[in-house]
Amino acid sequence: MAIDKKIDKILQKYPPKVKKNRIKHMLTKDSEVGQEIQANTRTIPGIISNRGCCFAGCKGVVLGPLKDVVHIVHGPIGCSYYTWGTRRHKGRSEKGESNFLSYCFSTDMQESDIVFGGEKRLRQAVKEAYEIFKPEAITISSTCPVGLIGDDIHAVARDAQAEFGIQVMAFDCEGYKGVSQSAGHHIANNVLMRDVIGTGDAEMKQYAINVMGEYNIGGDGWEISRILGKIGYHIVSVMTGDGTYKELKSAHKADLNLVQCHRSINYIAEMIEIKYGTPWLKVNFVGIAGTIESLRNTAKYFGDETLIKRTEEVIVEELKEIKESMEMYKKICEGKTALLFVGGSRAHHYQGLLKELGVETVVAGYEFGHRDDYEGRDIIPHIKLDADSRNIPDLHVEKDEKNYRVYLSPEKLAELKKEMPLGQYKGLIQEMEDGSYVIDDLNHFESEELLKALKPSLFCSGIKDKYVAQKMGIFSKQLHSYDYSGPYAGFKGAVIFGKDISMGMNTPTWGFITPPWKQDALLEGEVIEEVATC
Amino acid sequence: MLDHTSKEISERKALVINPAKTCQPIGAMYAALGIHNCLPHSHGSQGCCSFHRMHLTRHFRDPIVASTSSFTEGASVFGGSANLKTSIKNVFSVYKPDVIAINTTCLSETIGDDLPSTISDSEIPEGKHVFHANTPSYAGSHVTGFSNMVKAMVTHFSEGTGDGSNNKVNLIPGYTEPGDMREIKRIAKLLDIPNILFPDTSGVVDSPMTGKYNMYPKGGTKVVELIDTGSSMATVALGKFASEAAANELEKKCKVASHPLNLPIGVKATDEFIMELVKITGKDVPDELEEERGMLVDIMTDTHHHYHGKRVAIFGDPDHVMALTEFTLSLGMKPVYVVTGTPGKAFEKEVNGMLESSNVEGRVKASGDLFELHQWVKNEPVDLLIGNTYGKYIARAEDIPLVRFGFPNMDRSIHSYFPVVGYKGAMRLMEMIGNALLERVDRDALDEDFELVL
Repeated sequence: MAIDKKIDKILQKYPPKVKKNRIKHMLTKDSEVGQEIQANTRTIPGIISNRGCCFAGCKGVVLGPLKDVVHIVHGPIGCSYYTWGTRRHKGRSEKGESNFLSYCFSTDMQESDIVFGGEKRLRQAVKEAYEIFKPEAITISSTCPVGLIGDDIHAVARDAQAEFGIQVMAFDCEGYKGVSQSAGHHIANNVLMRDVIGTGDAEMKQYAINVMGEYNIGGDGWEISRILGKIGYHIVSVMTGDGTYKELKSAHKADLNLVQCHRSINYIAEMIEIKYGTPWLKVNFVGIAGTIESLRNTAKYFGDETLIKRTEEVIVEELKEIKESMEMYKKICEGKTALLFVGGSRAHHYQGLLKELGVETVVAGYEFGHRDDYEGRDIIPHIKLDADSRNIPDLHVEKDEKNYRVYLSPEKLAELKKEMPLGQYKGLIQEMEDGSYVIDDLNHFESEELLKALKPSLFCSGIKDKYVAQKMGIFSKQLHSYDYSGPYAGFKGAVIFGKDISMGMNTPTWGFITPPWKQDALLEGEVIEEVATC
Repeated sequence: MLDHTSKEISERKALVINPAKTCQPIGAMYAALGIHNCLPHSHGSQGCCSFHRMHLTRHFRDPIVASTSSFTEGASVFGGSANLKTSIKNVFSVYKPDVIAINTTCLSETIGDDLPSTISDSEIPEGKHVFHANTPSYAGSHVTGFSNMVKAMVTHFSEGTGDGSNNKVNLIPGYTEPGDMREIKRIAKLLDIPNILFPDTSGVVDSPMTGKYNMYPKGGTKVVELIDTGSSMATVALGKFASEAAANELEKKCKVASHPLNLPIGVKATDEFIMELVKITGKDVPDELEEERGMLVDIMTDTHHHYHGKRVAIFGDPDHVMALTEFTLSLGMKPVYVVTGTPGKAFEKEVNGMLESSNVEGRVKASGDLFELHQWVKNEPVDLLIGNTYGKYIARAEDIPLVRFGFPNMDRSIHSYFPVVGYKGAMRLMEMIGNALLERVDRDALDEDFELVL
């Protein structure tokens, strides 16, 4: 049965209203026609979505990894607590530098704060944080009740900044804003762009780049930096994995911005280009072909022969090192199928790597990608903002006459744009094979039905889905936390990923699911037809 | 590790650092999972629900499913009633539970959504149940949320007059692991006491691998049993913070006598639990239980030198921490720092009383956090730390062995399958504590002092 028939069967089980909504969030890839998908709309109540909230997108994703900053969460205890150590953005402690990643800071709002307002408590908390930790900067993130009771976190931040002489930034990232984590990315981007980027005065260096939308999960950012460093690039800042506030301030001193996660950081990438003239290049350091292409494009942008030569040398060296392992894991994984459902970028980025390991992606989708993450940035002028997202402010920046620099002439840039995704992202759909399925905001019901209908060898999703799939005998690889492994990016990461999924799909336990007394045809009981065996 | 924690303690009035608690709704979600064919529902914006599901999943390594009203900004301003009605409709038609157990968040509590009227205006299929507990995140902790949800089970379901006509004893197990709930049921069975354990997450969050996924696993207290709690002869509420409110509610509503007890962790508390059951039912204690108890005391005697005088810091949820403090004292240990993040003067009073009567000088704090506990440890070190996964940062920073105890435990597995309650659970705890201490003795010993037999 074709996938779309299976999907139709699933949709038939919905009440009419739900069906009408969900059908717009799904499509079968057909390269012959232009395809539209509905995305970034409100979640259907009660549908059991995997989505989180604006606070998670702002504090949990973008701000949290900045390691030399004290991130205070203004709210009851939960929001701060659940973003304490749960997302694996690693950060090394450098000598003499601050690293607050193992701490969790909260105003722990109580009933009286809800009734009489929590500003007083917040003021005191910021004071205590400053006095105890003397950080480079402090962020204040709002949670659901803060917006409702009308606490003015900006006034608190302004006063604290004046009193303590460090930057104190306030983020209006109440959980109910927008429809998902995505709103939080935007809110974090706006404040970092407005108040931090451009305030530093780091020395200009050759081959200077920023790595953007890279959160160093399981050390991904370190593997990417290792390769870039080996070629000879100077990394001005990483946004924001193992990142620092200090480096972020000078992010305008780079000559090129590399964008890994388009969804979470494209706002800053765009704004830096307008304000400082630095173009951005969409890269993908997941998978070998993706990494090589990204490195070659980057070198070509700089156009320096030595750099181009060095790039090829490094590629040869690195490939030599991983060739044997990759071939071995490919043999193990060849012919398997995968279902990918990850946040706002990885459902696309991992398809190349899976292909290199011989695994075909049959369904892919994002929790909170926008249409441009699916269909490509060309669609942006046609995206209509709906009522739920209209209140997320857009920051408009203007050319900074003093710091604006042109590294390449407009003619040269225009020429390069024909060859590489400079200021461009083509989206997830173009990567997929015809006949495969794209589903936005996949929910529990659809996941369960799809797993049963398609019986993939591998379900790449998150912690909430993992054990659902595994109960069915389908290996589930977490592509948010990497199941506490990693890195998965870059050359070395590809091998670790290959090893992890080979291990997962082949662990002996899959063979034990059906007890022997149920395998004997003479006895009653159901034999599980197909489990993921290799 | 935790390099910014200084030895000097400055008074904090507003900033909580590294909390020893989380917020109400997760406890309510956990309690609701202890009802058979029940889907927990979170009435707030969807971030809470995701966080709570993730956290419980990491602890149990089993699917934790719950739905949410997915508030948007509009609903947050104008009320979430429409979102809840849509949720109820969608949940029943797509996920088909028998029960929807709604908890609230700081969002819906702050805007003051009126749940009873929304629920009564909703389409609820024949024979299905929707009930709610108010679980404002800005009061108490996850334990309070658990307590509120269990109390709501009584309010919504319990019927009867406490006449004991079902010949059963209600058992409320507190915010414990499914392994503990199984052990409580086993003890009751050994005593030959018919009982209703509620909530009961055994068979739900420790479900077996069969090759088939069941959204509603076999376990969970059944609705008929919840209704029947009102006809029981008594309710034994284990863990006062988590269970007493429900037991009192049941006494008020159905006249079933409430018997609040400490969590049966350690010999003394388990004795009290069994004695209470004996008093209520007049049953004899079987040889098997007496044998288990004798084994435990035998082990305690044989190994007392492993534990005696060891300085220990304990943190976690109040019922657990109070019971464990008592047990460590029974082992001759010195629980010098005892902390819970959950507010409540009763905690400090009870623990201070225990320490006083054992002549142990210690620091006890409710509404405390791990930052302060760490500072205490820096000032006067301990030999052992007992608490949840978050203790590993302090353990590493100060090079102290850690025994993982309580919720959450996200970096080790299998813990949820075995008990810490009862005589059996006490043996397991002793093994965990003893191994941690002795591993350290072996690690630190000079070659010439390295002993074969300890």
